[in-house]
Amino acid sequence: MRKLANFLFVFFLLFPFFTFAQQEEKEFNAGDLILHHIADSHEWHFATIGKTHLTIPLPIILYTDKGLDIFMSSEFHHAEKREITNEKGEKEHQLVLKRPNGNTYIMSHERIFLEGGGTLYDFSITKNVASLLLSAILLIVVFLSVAKSYKKNTGKAPKGLQSFLEPIIVFIRDDIAKPNIGEKYERFMPYLLTVFFFIWFNNLLGLMPGGANVTGNIAVTMTLALLTLIITLFSSNKYYWQHIFNTPGVPWWLKFLVPIMPIVEIIGIFTKPFSLMVRLFANITAGHIIILSLLSLIFLFKSYAVAPVSVAFAVVMNMLELFVAILQAYVFTLLSAMYFGGAVEEHHHEHHNEKHEVHQA
Amino acid sequence: MLLNLITPELGLIVWQLIVFLLLLFVLGKFAWKPIMNALKEREKSIEEALASAEKAKAEMAKISADNEKLLQQARAEKDEILKKAQQTARELVDEAKESAKKEADKIISEARNLIESERKAFVADMKKEVAKLSLQVAERILRKELSNDENQKILAEKLINEISAN
Repeated sequence: MRKLANFLFVFFLLFPFFTFAQQEEKEFNAGDLILHHIADSHEWHFATIGKTHLTIPLPIILYTDKGLDIFMSSEFHHAEKREITNEKGEKEHQLVLKRPNGNTYIMSHERIFLEGGGTLYDFSITKNVASLLLSAILLIVVFLSVAKSYKKNTGKAPKGLQSFLEPIIVFIRDDIAKPNIGEKYERFMPYLLTVFFFIWFNNLLGLMPGGANVTGNIAVTMTLALLTLIITLFSSNKYYWQHIFNTPGVPWWLKFLVPIMPIVEIIGIFTKPFSLMVRLFANITAGHIIILSLLSLIFLFKSYAVAPVSVAFAVVMNMLELFVAILQAYVFTLLSAMYFGGAVEEHHHEHHNEKHEVHQA
Repeated sequence: MLLNLITPELGLIVWQLIVFLLLLFVLGKFAWKPIMNALKEREKSIEEALASAEKAKAEMAKISADNEKLLQQARAEKDEILKKAQQTARELVDEAKESAKKEADKIISEARNLIESERKAFVADMKKEVAKLSLQVAERILRKELSNDENQKILAEKLINEISAN
Protein backbone atom coordinates (compact mmCIF):
# COMPACT_ATOMS: atom_id res chain seq x y z
CA MET A 1 0.00 0.00 0.00
CA ARG A 2 2.78 2.37 0.98
CA LYS A 3 4.61 1.58 -2.23
CA LEU A 4 1.52 2.40 -4.28
CA ALA A 5 1.22 5.67 -2.38
CA ASN A 6 4.86 6.41 -3.17
CA PHE A 7 4.27 5.67 -6.83
CA LEU A 8 1.26 8.00 -6.96
CA PHE A 9 3.25 10.66 -5.18
CA VAL A 10 6.03 10.45 -7.74
CA PHE A 11 3.47 10.37 -10.54
CA PHE A 12 1.80 13.60 -9.39
CA LEU A 13 5.16 15.17 -8.69
CA LEU A 14 6.02 14.54 -12.32
CA PHE A 15 2.57 15.59 -13.51
CA PRO A 16 3.45 19.22 -14.22
CA PHE A 17 6.20 17.99 -16.51
CA PHE A 18 3.79 16.03 -18.65
CA THR A 19 3.22 17.82 -21.88
CA PHE A 20 -0.04 17.79 -23.68
CA ALA A 21 0.85 18.33 -27.29
CA GLN A 22 -1.85 18.42 -29.90
CA GLN A 23 -1.67 16.44 -33.08
CA GLU A 24 -3.93 16.08 -36.10
CA GLU A 25 -5.49 12.68 -36.84
CA LYS A 26 -3.70 10.35 -39.22
CA GLU A 27 -4.58 7.11 -40.97
CA PHE A 28 -3.93 4.17 -38.58
CA ASN A 29 -0.79 2.24 -39.51
CA ALA A 30 -0.16 -0.87 -37.41
CA GLY A 31 3.44 -1.26 -38.59
CA ASP A 32 4.36 2.29 -37.64
CA LEU A 33 2.60 1.96 -34.28
CA ILE A 34 4.39 -1.26 -33.40
CA LEU A 35 7.80 -0.04 -34.52
CA HIS A 36 7.25 3.19 -32.64
CA HIS A 37 6.43 1.21 -29.46
CA ILE A 38 9.38 -1.12 -29.57
CA ALA A 39 11.91 1.49 -30.68
CA ASP A 40 13.79 3.86 -28.42
CA SER A 41 12.51 7.42 -28.12
CA HIS A 42 13.74 10.78 -26.94
CA GLU A 43 10.64 11.32 -24.82
CA TRP A 44 8.55 9.00 -22.67
CA HIS A 45 5.16 8.74 -24.28
CA PHE A 46 2.48 7.12 -22.08
CA ALA A 47 -0.81 7.61 -23.83
CA THR A 48 -2.75 9.73 -26.26
CA ILE A 49 -6.13 10.81 -24.99
CA GLY A 50 -8.18 12.26 -27.78
CA LYS A 51 -5.63 14.48 -29.50
CA THR A 52 -3.58 15.05 -26.36
CA HIS A 53 -0.29 13.22 -25.82
CA LEU A 54 0.65 12.30 -22.26
CA THR A 55 4.43 12.52 -22.41
CA ILE A 56 7.37 13.01 -20.07
CA PRO A 57 10.08 15.05 -21.81
CA LEU A 58 13.59 13.71 -21.32
CA PRO A 59 16.96 15.46 -21.49
CA ILE A 60 18.73 15.41 -24.82
CA ILE A 61 22.51 15.39 -24.61
CA LEU A 62 24.33 15.98 -27.88
CA TYR A 63 28.04 16.23 -28.50
CA THR A 64 29.21 17.97 -31.65
CA ASP A 65 32.35 19.89 -32.61
CA LYS A 66 30.73 22.83 -30.81
CA GLY A 67 30.76 20.93 -27.55
CA LEU A 68 27.99 19.55 -25.40
CA ASP A 69 24.43 20.69 -26.02
CA ILE A 70 21.90 19.74 -23.38
CA PHE A 71 18.20 20.56 -23.61
CA MET A 72 14.81 18.95 -22.99
CA SER A 73 13.11 16.91 -25.68
CA SER A 74 10.06 19.13 -25.36
CA GLU A 75 12.02 21.71 -27.39
CA PHE A 76 11.24 19.58 -30.41
CA HIS A 77 7.54 20.31 -29.96
CA HIS A 78 8.32 23.78 -31.24
CA ALA A 79 10.48 22.50 -34.05
CA GLU A 80 9.66 23.03 -37.68
CA LYS A 81 8.02 20.01 -39.32
CA ARG A 82 8.81 19.05 -42.87
CA GLU A 83 8.15 16.12 -45.13
CA ILE A 84 10.82 14.90 -47.50
CA THR A 85 11.10 12.05 -49.93
CA ASN A 86 14.15 9.89 -49.22
CA GLU A 87 16.36 8.00 -51.67
CA LYS A 88 14.00 5.05 -51.65
CA GLY A 89 11.12 7.24 -52.69
CA GLU A 90 9.38 6.96 -49.32
CA LYS A 91 7.89 9.96 -47.56
CA GLU A 92 9.64 10.82 -44.34
CA HIS A 93 8.69 13.23 -41.55
CA GLN A 94 11.47 15.31 -40.10
CA LEU A 95 11.71 17.77 -37.25
CA VAL A 96 14.15 20.62 -37.69
CA LEU A 97 15.35 22.40 -34.57
CA LYS A 98 17.60 25.48 -34.55
CA ARG A 99 19.61 25.87 -31.36
CA PRO A 100 21.14 29.02 -29.88
CA ASN A 101 24.66 27.59 -30.32
CA GLY A 102 24.12 27.68 -34.07
CA ASN A 103 23.55 23.99 -34.64
CA THR A 104 20.49 22.81 -36.52
CA TYR A 105 19.36 19.32 -35.57
CA ILE A 106 17.17 17.11 -37.68
CA MET A 107 15.18 14.38 -35.94
CA SER A 108 14.04 11.61 -38.21
CA HIS A 109 12.60 8.38 -36.81
CA GLU A 110 13.96 9.29 -33.37
CA ARG A 111 17.52 9.63 -34.65
CA ILE A 112 19.13 13.05 -34.47
CA PHE A 113 21.48 14.34 -37.17
CA LEU A 114 23.26 17.58 -37.85
CA GLU A 115 21.88 19.50 -40.79
CA GLY A 116 24.37 19.36 -43.61
CA GLY A 117 26.15 16.37 -42.07
CA GLY A 118 28.98 16.41 -39.54
CA THR A 119 29.78 14.31 -36.51
CA LEU A 120 27.20 14.18 -33.75
CA TYR A 121 27.20 11.89 -30.77
CA ASP A 122 23.82 11.38 -29.12
CA PHE A 123 24.15 10.61 -25.40
CA SER A 124 20.56 11.58 -24.62
CA ILE A 125 18.68 10.19 -21.69
CA THR A 126 16.26 8.42 -23.97
CA LYS A 127 13.24 6.42 -22.83
CA ASN A 128 15.44 3.30 -22.67
CA VAL A 129 18.16 5.05 -20.69
CA ALA A 130 15.59 6.48 -18.28
CA SER A 131 14.06 3.03 -17.86
CA LEU A 132 17.55 1.60 -17.44
CA LEU A 133 18.25 4.07 -14.63
CA LEU A 134 14.90 3.31 -13.01
CA SER A 135 15.56 -0.42 -13.15
CA ALA A 136 19.04 0.12 -11.71
CA ILE A 137 17.57 2.08 -8.79
CA LEU A 138 14.90 -0.59 -8.33
CA LEU A 139 17.52 -3.37 -8.36
CA ILE A 140 19.71 -1.53 -5.88
CA VAL A 141 16.79 -0.80 -3.54
CA VAL A 142 15.49 -4.37 -3.72
CA PHE A 143 18.78 -6.17 -3.25
CA LEU A 144 20.25 -3.84 -0.70
CA SER A 145 17.11 -4.34 1.38
CA VAL A 146 17.45 -8.10 0.88
CA ALA A 147 21.09 -7.90 1.95
CA LYS A 148 19.99 -5.94 5.00
CA SER A 149 17.47 -8.60 5.95
CA TYR A 150 20.26 -11.16 5.81
CA LYS A 151 22.16 -9.09 8.32
CA LYS A 152 19.06 -8.66 10.46
CA ASN A 153 17.89 -12.28 10.27
CA THR A 154 21.31 -13.87 10.74
CA GLY A 155 20.81 -17.53 11.57
CA LYS A 156 17.05 -17.20 11.19
CA ALA A 157 14.63 -18.23 8.46
CA PRO A 158 14.34 -15.76 5.57
CA LYS A 159 11.41 -13.36 5.58
CA GLY A 160 9.33 -11.49 3.01
CA LEU A 161 11.16 -10.39 -0.15
CA GLN A 162 14.23 -12.22 1.09
CA SER A 163 12.42 -15.56 1.12
CA PHE A 164 11.04 -14.89 -2.36
CA LEU A 165 14.40 -14.05 -3.92
CA GLU A 166 16.58 -16.48 -1.97
CA PRO A 167 15.50 -19.60 -3.90
CA ILE A 168 16.32 -17.80 -7.16
CA ILE A 169 19.74 -16.73 -5.89
CA VAL A 170 20.43 -20.25 -4.63
CA PHE A 171 19.18 -21.67 -7.94
CA ILE A 172 21.62 -19.47 -9.88
CA ARG A 173 24.42 -20.59 -7.60
CA ASP A 174 23.63 -24.30 -7.32
CA ASP A 175 22.01 -25.09 -10.67
CA ILE A 176 23.60 -22.60 -13.05
CA ALA A 177 27.04 -21.63 -11.72
CA LYS A 178 28.23 -24.73 -9.86
CA PRO A 179 27.48 -27.43 -12.47
CA ASN A 180 28.59 -25.34 -15.46
CA ILE A 181 31.63 -23.54 -14.11
CA GLY A 182 32.91 -25.94 -11.48
CA GLU A 183 35.08 -25.07 -8.51
CA LYS A 184 35.87 -21.54 -9.67
CA TYR A 185 32.20 -20.53 -9.82
CA GLU A 186 32.44 -18.05 -6.96
CA ARG A 187 34.24 -15.28 -8.85
CA PHE A 188 31.55 -15.28 -11.56
CA MET A 189 28.62 -15.13 -9.15
CA PRO A 190 28.32 -11.30 -9.00
CA TYR A 191 28.13 -11.06 -12.79
CA LEU A 192 25.71 -13.97 -13.18
CA LEU A 193 23.41 -12.68 -10.45
CA THR A 194 23.51 -9.11 -11.75
CA VAL A 195 22.89 -10.15 -15.35
CA PHE A 196 20.03 -12.47 -14.36
CA PHE A 197 18.18 -9.94 -12.25
CA PHE A 198 18.96 -7.08 -14.64
CA ILE A 199 17.43 -8.95 -17.56
CA TRP A 200 14.50 -10.27 -15.55
CA PHE A 201 13.60 -6.92 -14.00
CA ASN A 202 13.93 -5.08 -17.29
CA ASN A 203 11.86 -7.72 -19.10
CA LEU A 204 9.12 -7.26 -16.54
CA LEU A 205 9.36 -3.46 -16.64
CA GLY A 206 9.07 -3.68 -20.41
CA LEU A 207 5.77 -5.53 -20.04
CA MET A 208 4.30 -2.74 -17.91
CA PRO A 209 1.97 -0.34 -19.67
CA GLY A 210 4.09 2.51 -20.96
CA GLY A 211 7.26 0.59 -20.18
CA ALA A 212 10.36 0.85 -22.33
CA ASN A 213 11.60 -2.04 -24.44
CA VAL A 214 15.08 -2.11 -22.87
CA THR A 215 16.00 -5.78 -23.16
CA GLY A 216 14.49 -5.81 -26.66
CA ASN A 217 17.00 -3.22 -27.77
CA ILE A 218 19.99 -4.46 -29.70
CA ALA A 219 22.39 -1.97 -28.06
CA VAL A 220 21.53 -3.27 -24.59
CA THR A 221 21.77 -6.96 -25.49
CA MET A 222 24.96 -6.30 -27.42
CA THR A 223 26.57 -4.67 -24.41
CA LEU A 224 25.59 -7.58 -22.19
CA ALA A 225 26.85 -10.12 -24.73
CA LEU A 226 30.12 -8.20 -25.09
CA LEU A 227 30.60 -8.23 -21.32
CA THR A 228 30.11 -12.00 -21.32
CA LEU A 229 32.66 -12.29 -24.14
CA ILE A 230 35.17 -10.04 -22.36
CA ILE A 231 34.82 -11.94 -19.08
CA THR A 232 35.17 -15.25 -20.94
CA LEU A 233 38.36 -14.14 -22.69
CA PHE A 234 39.91 -12.60 -19.59
CA SER A 235 39.28 -15.65 -17.44
CA SER A 236 40.36 -18.18 -20.09
CA ASN A 237 43.20 -20.54 -19.28
CA LYS A 238 45.68 -22.22 -21.63
CA TYR A 239 43.41 -25.23 -22.16
CA TYR A 240 40.73 -22.94 -23.61
CA TRP A 241 43.16 -21.68 -26.23
CA GLN A 242 44.62 -25.11 -26.73
CA HIS A 243 41.14 -26.33 -27.47
CA ILE A 244 40.78 -23.62 -30.09
CA PHE A 245 44.13 -23.90 -31.86
CA ASN A 246 44.84 -27.56 -31.23
CA THR A 247 41.41 -29.11 -30.97
CA PRO A 248 41.71 -32.61 -29.55
CA GLY A 249 40.32 -35.49 -31.54
CA VAL A 250 40.79 -33.74 -34.91
CA PRO A 251 43.24 -34.97 -37.59
CA TRP A 252 46.46 -32.91 -37.54
CA TRP A 253 46.18 -31.76 -41.16
CA LEU A 254 42.82 -30.10 -40.37
CA LYS A 255 44.61 -28.07 -37.71
CA PHE A 256 47.88 -27.07 -39.37
CA LEU A 257 47.91 -27.91 -43.07
CA VAL A 258 44.32 -26.81 -43.76
CA PRO A 259 43.46 -24.91 -40.59
CA ILE A 260 39.69 -25.30 -40.84
CA MET A 261 39.20 -26.26 -37.21
CA PRO A 262 41.02 -23.25 -35.67
CA ILE A 263 39.10 -20.94 -38.00
CA VAL A 264 35.78 -22.53 -37.02
CA GLU A 265 36.73 -22.33 -33.35
CA ILE A 266 37.79 -18.67 -33.61
CA ILE A 267 34.49 -17.83 -35.34
CA GLY A 268 32.83 -19.77 -32.52
CA ILE A 269 34.29 -17.37 -29.94
CA PHE A 270 32.25 -14.59 -31.49
CA THR A 271 29.14 -16.46 -32.58
CA LYS A 272 28.46 -17.47 -28.97
CA PRO A 273 27.96 -13.92 -27.65
CA PHE A 274 26.34 -12.97 -30.97
CA SER A 275 23.69 -15.62 -30.37
CA LEU A 276 23.23 -14.28 -26.83
CA MET A 277 22.66 -10.80 -28.22
CA VAL A 278 20.20 -11.87 -30.92
CA ARG A 279 18.31 -14.37 -28.76
CA LEU A 280 17.44 -11.92 -26.01
CA PHE A 281 16.70 -9.08 -28.44
CA ALA A 282 14.52 -11.20 -30.72
CA ASN A 283 12.59 -12.96 -27.96
CA ILE A 284 11.64 -9.80 -26.14
CA THR A 285 10.95 -7.75 -29.25
CA ALA A 286 8.89 -10.55 -30.79
CA GLY A 287 6.76 -10.77 -27.65
CA HIS A 288 6.08 -7.05 -27.77
CA ILE A 289 5.28 -7.18 -31.48
CA ILE A 290 2.80 -10.05 -31.01
CA ILE A 291 0.92 -8.29 -28.22
CA LEU A 292 0.86 -5.00 -30.10
CA SER A 293 -0.27 -6.76 -33.29
CA LEU A 294 -3.13 -8.44 -31.47
CA LEU A 295 -4.28 -5.12 -30.08
CA SER A 296 -3.79 -3.40 -33.45
CA LEU A 297 -6.31 -5.82 -34.95
CA ILE A 298 -9.06 -3.92 -33.13
CA PHE A 299 -8.10 -0.71 -34.92
CA LEU A 300 -7.48 -2.41 -38.25
CA PHE A 301 -10.94 -3.97 -38.27
CA LYS A 302 -12.44 -0.83 -36.73
CA SER A 303 -14.86 -3.05 -34.84
CA TYR A 304 -15.64 -3.49 -31.16
CA ALA A 305 -16.49 -7.15 -31.82
CA VAL A 306 -12.81 -7.92 -32.40
CA ALA A 307 -11.83 -6.38 -29.08
CA PRO A 308 -12.74 -9.28 -26.72
CA VAL A 309 -10.90 -11.81 -28.88
CA SER A 310 -7.86 -9.55 -29.27
CA VAL A 311 -7.79 -8.73 -25.58
CA ALA A 312 -8.16 -12.40 -24.59
CA PHE A 313 -5.27 -13.37 -26.86
CA ALA A 314 -3.21 -10.43 -25.66
CA VAL A 315 -3.79 -11.46 -22.03
CA VAL A 316 -2.66 -15.00 -22.80
CA MET A 317 0.37 -13.63 -24.65
CA ASN A 318 1.15 -11.37 -21.74
CA MET A 319 1.13 -14.35 -19.38
CA LEU A 320 3.45 -16.18 -21.75
CA GLU A 321 5.66 -13.09 -21.83
CA LEU A 322 5.83 -13.11 -18.03
CA PHE A 323 7.26 -16.61 -18.33
CA VAL A 324 9.54 -15.63 -21.22
CA ALA A 325 10.82 -12.74 -19.07
CA ILE A 326 12.34 -15.11 -16.52
CA LEU A 327 13.13 -17.81 -19.08
CA GLN A 328 15.30 -15.49 -21.19
CA ALA A 329 17.05 -14.20 -18.08
CA TYR A 330 17.73 -17.85 -17.17
CA VAL A 331 18.94 -18.74 -20.67
CA PHE A 332 21.29 -15.75 -20.88
CA THR A 333 22.71 -16.51 -17.43
CA LEU A 334 22.99 -20.24 -18.10
CA LEU A 335 24.79 -19.78 -21.43
CA SER A 336 27.12 -17.16 -19.94
CA ALA A 337 27.93 -19.61 -17.16
CA MET A 338 28.62 -22.35 -19.73
CA TYR A 339 30.99 -20.07 -21.66
CA PHE A 340 32.80 -19.15 -18.43
CA GLY A 341 32.93 -22.84 -17.57
CA GLY A 342 34.56 -23.57 -20.93
CA ALA A 343 37.10 -20.83 -20.32
CA VAL A 344 38.21 -22.00 -16.87
CA GLU A 345 37.85 -25.74 -17.40
CA GLU A 346 40.92 -27.75 -16.50
CA HIS A 347 42.40 -30.21 -18.95
CA HIS A 348 40.42 -33.44 -19.29
CA HIS A 349 40.47 -34.07 -23.01
CA GLU A 350 43.47 -36.35 -23.43
CA HIS A 351 41.94 -38.92 -21.21
CA HIS A 352 38.73 -38.98 -23.21
CA ASN A 353 40.62 -39.22 -26.48
CA GLU A 354 42.64 -42.18 -25.36
CA LYS A 355 39.42 -43.93 -24.56
CA HIS A 356 37.96 -43.04 -27.95
CA GLU A 357 41.01 -44.29 -29.76
CA VAL A 358 40.86 -47.56 -27.90
CA HIS A 359 37.24 -47.95 -28.89
CA GLN A 360 37.97 -47.14 -32.51
CA ALA A 361 40.89 -49.51 -32.66
CA MET B 1 12.91 2.41 -39.48
CA LEU B 2 13.20 -1.38 -39.35
CA LEU B 3 16.91 -0.96 -39.90
CA ASN B 4 17.01 1.35 -36.89
CA LEU B 5 15.74 -1.53 -34.80
CA ILE B 6 18.79 -3.71 -35.47
CA THR B 7 21.36 -0.90 -35.49
CA PRO B 8 22.81 -0.44 -32.01
CA GLU B 9 23.00 3.19 -30.93
CA LEU B 10 26.26 4.38 -29.47
CA GLY B 11 24.56 6.51 -26.79
CA LEU B 12 22.55 3.63 -25.44
CA ILE B 13 25.60 1.34 -25.48
CA VAL B 14 27.55 3.88 -23.44
CA TRP B 15 24.71 4.40 -20.95
CA GLN B 16 24.06 0.66 -20.69
CA LEU B 17 27.75 0.03 -20.07
CA ILE B 18 27.92 2.73 -17.37
CA VAL B 19 24.68 1.70 -15.67
CA PHE B 20 25.40 -2.01 -15.80
CA LEU B 21 28.99 -1.73 -14.55
CA LEU B 22 27.85 0.58 -11.76
CA LEU B 23 25.10 -1.88 -10.90
CA LEU B 24 27.62 -4.73 -10.97
CA PHE B 25 29.89 -2.82 -8.61
CA VAL B 26 27.20 -1.63 -6.18
CA LEU B 27 25.29 -4.91 -6.06
CA GLY B 28 28.50 -6.93 -6.01
CA LYS B 29 29.83 -5.05 -3.05
CA PHE B 30 26.71 -4.31 -1.03
CA ALA B 31 24.28 -7.05 -2.04
CA TRP B 32 25.81 -10.19 -3.53
CA LYS B 33 28.78 -10.34 -1.19
CA PRO B 34 26.79 -10.17 2.07
CA ILE B 35 24.01 -12.35 0.65
CA MET B 36 26.35 -15.07 -0.60
CA ASN B 37 28.31 -14.97 2.64
CA ALA B 38 25.14 -15.17 4.73
CA LEU B 39 23.87 -18.08 2.64
CA LYS B 40 27.17 -19.89 2.94
CA GLU B 41 27.34 -19.26 6.65
CA ARG B 42 23.79 -20.47 7.17
CA GLU B 43 24.41 -23.58 5.11
CA LYS B 44 27.55 -24.24 7.08
CA SER B 45 25.76 -23.83 10.40
CA ILE B 46 22.92 -26.11 9.25
CA GLU B 47 25.42 -28.66 8.07
CA GLU B 48 27.26 -28.47 11.35
CA ALA B 49 24.04 -28.76 13.32
CA LEU B 50 23.05 -31.80 11.32
CA ALA B 51 26.49 -33.33 11.74
CA SER B 52 26.46 -32.72 15.48
CA ALA B 53 22.96 -34.16 15.72
CA GLU B 54 24.17 -37.22 13.87
CA LYS B 55 27.14 -37.41 16.19
CA ALA B 56 24.91 -37.07 19.26
CA LYS B 57 22.67 -39.80 17.90
CA ALA B 58 25.63 -42.09 17.35
CA GLU B 59 26.89 -41.28 20.83
CA MET B 60 23.48 -42.00 22.31
CA ALA B 61 23.40 -45.31 20.48
CA LYS B 62 26.88 -46.07 21.73
CA ILE B 63 25.92 -45.15 25.28
CA SER B 64 22.83 -47.30 25.24
CA ALA B 65 24.83 -50.14 23.74
CA ASP B 66 27.39 -49.66 26.49
CA ASN B 67 24.62 -49.65 29.05
CA GLU B 68 23.23 -52.85 27.65
CA LYS B 69 26.67 -54.38 27.74
CA LEU B 70 27.21 -53.25 31.31
CA LEU B 71 23.83 -54.59 32.32
CA GLN B 72 24.60 -57.92 30.74
CA GLN B 73 27.97 -57.98 32.42
CA ALA B 74 26.36 -57.15 35.75
CA ARG B 75 23.79 -59.85 35.23
CA ALA B 76 26.45 -62.38 34.36
CA GLU B 77 28.48 -61.34 37.39
CA LYS B 78 25.45 -61.63 39.62
CA ASP B 79 24.77 -65.13 38.31
CA GLU B 80 28.40 -66.04 38.85
CA ILE B 81 28.37 -64.70 42.40
CA LEU B 82 25.15 -66.48 43.20
CA LYS B 83 26.49 -69.69 41.80
CA LYS B 84 29.68 -69.35 43.77
CA ALA B 85 27.78 -68.51 46.94
CA GLN B 86 25.56 -71.51 46.51
CA GLN B 87 28.55 -73.71 45.95
CA THR B 88 30.33 -72.29 48.96
CA ALA B 89 27.26 -72.77 51.10
CA ARG B 90 26.95 -76.32 49.95
CA GLU B 91 30.61 -76.94 50.65
CA LEU B 92 30.29 -75.38 54.06
CA VAL B 93 27.30 -77.52 54.94
CA ASP B 94 29.05 -80.61 53.68
CA GLU B 95 32.14 -79.79 55.63
CA ALA B 96 30.09 -79.12 58.76
CA LYS B 97 28.27 -82.38 58.31
CA GLU B 98 31.49 -84.21 57.82
CA SER B 99 33.15 -82.72 60.80
CA ALA B 100 30.04 -83.27 62.92
CA LYS B 101 29.95 -86.86 61.87
CA LYS B 102 33.62 -87.26 62.63
CA GLU B 103 33.17 -85.67 66.02
CA ALA B 104 30.17 -87.83 66.74
CA ASP B 105 32.04 -90.95 65.69
CA LYS B 106 34.95 -89.93 67.85
CA ILE B 107 32.69 -89.32 70.81
CA ILE B 108 30.90 -92.60 70.28
CA SER B 109 34.09 -94.56 69.96
CA GLU B 110 35.53 -92.88 73.02
CA ALA B 111 32.35 -93.67 74.91
CA ARG B 112 32.53 -97.23 73.71
CA ASN B 113 36.15 -97.51 74.81
CA LEU B 114 35.25 -96.05 78.18
CA ILE B 115 32.34 -98.44 78.55
CA GLU B 116 34.58 -101.33 77.59
CA SER B 117 37.29 -100.42 80.04
CA GLU B 118 34.73 -99.78 82.74
CA ARG B 119 33.14 -103.08 82.05
CA LYS B 120 36.54 -104.76 82.12
CA ALA B 121 37.38 -103.14 85.42
CA PHE B 122 33.96 -104.09 86.77
CA VAL B 123 34.36 -107.66 85.63
CA ALA B 124 37.83 -107.78 87.17
CA ASP B 125 36.47 -106.40 90.47
CA MET B 126 33.60 -108.87 90.35
CA LYS B 127 36.03 -111.69 89.78
CA LYS B 128 38.13 -110.58 92.71
CA GLU B 129 35.03 -110.25 94.92
CA VAL B 130 33.66 -113.65 93.76
CA ALA B 131 37.04 -115.24 94.37
CA LYS B 132 37.21 -113.69 97.85
CA LEU B 133 33.65 -114.80 98.62
CA SER B 134 34.30 -118.21 97.19
CA LEU B 135 37.40 -118.58 99.35
CA GLN B 136 35.47 -117.54 102.42
CA VAL B 137 32.66 -120.00 101.52
CA ALA B 138 35.18 -122.72 100.78
CA GLU B 139 37.04 -122.03 104.05
CA ARG B 140 33.81 -122.28 106.05
CA ILE B 141 32.72 -125.46 104.22
CA LEU B 142 36.14 -126.97 104.54
CA ARG B 143 36.26 -126.07 108.15
CA LYS B 144 32.98 -127.81 108.70
CA GLU B 145 33.71 -130.87 106.49
CA LEU B 146 37.18 -131.43 107.66
CA SER B 147 36.34 -131.41 111.27
CA ASN B 148 36.73 -135.22 111.26
CA ASP B 149 39.28 -137.42 109.54
CA GLU B 150 36.94 -139.50 107.63
CA ASN B 151 35.59 -136.67 105.74
CA GLN B 152 39.06 -135.42 105.10
CA LYS B 153 39.99 -138.67 103.48
CA ILE B 154 36.88 -138.97 101.28
CA LEU B 155 37.37 -135.46 100.01
CA ALA B 156 41.02 -136.03 99.23
CA GLU B 157 40.12 -139.08 97.22
CA LYS B 158 37.36 -137.35 95.44
CA LEU B 159 39.64 -134.48 94.52
CA ILE B 160 42.30 -136.84 93.35
CA ASN B 161 39.69 -138.56 91.18
CA GLU B 162 38.50 -135.42 89.77
CA ILE B 163 41.99 -134.28 88.93
CA SER B 164 42.93 -137.59 87.46
CA ALA B 165 39.71 -137.62 85.47
CA ASN B 166 40.67 -134.35 84.00
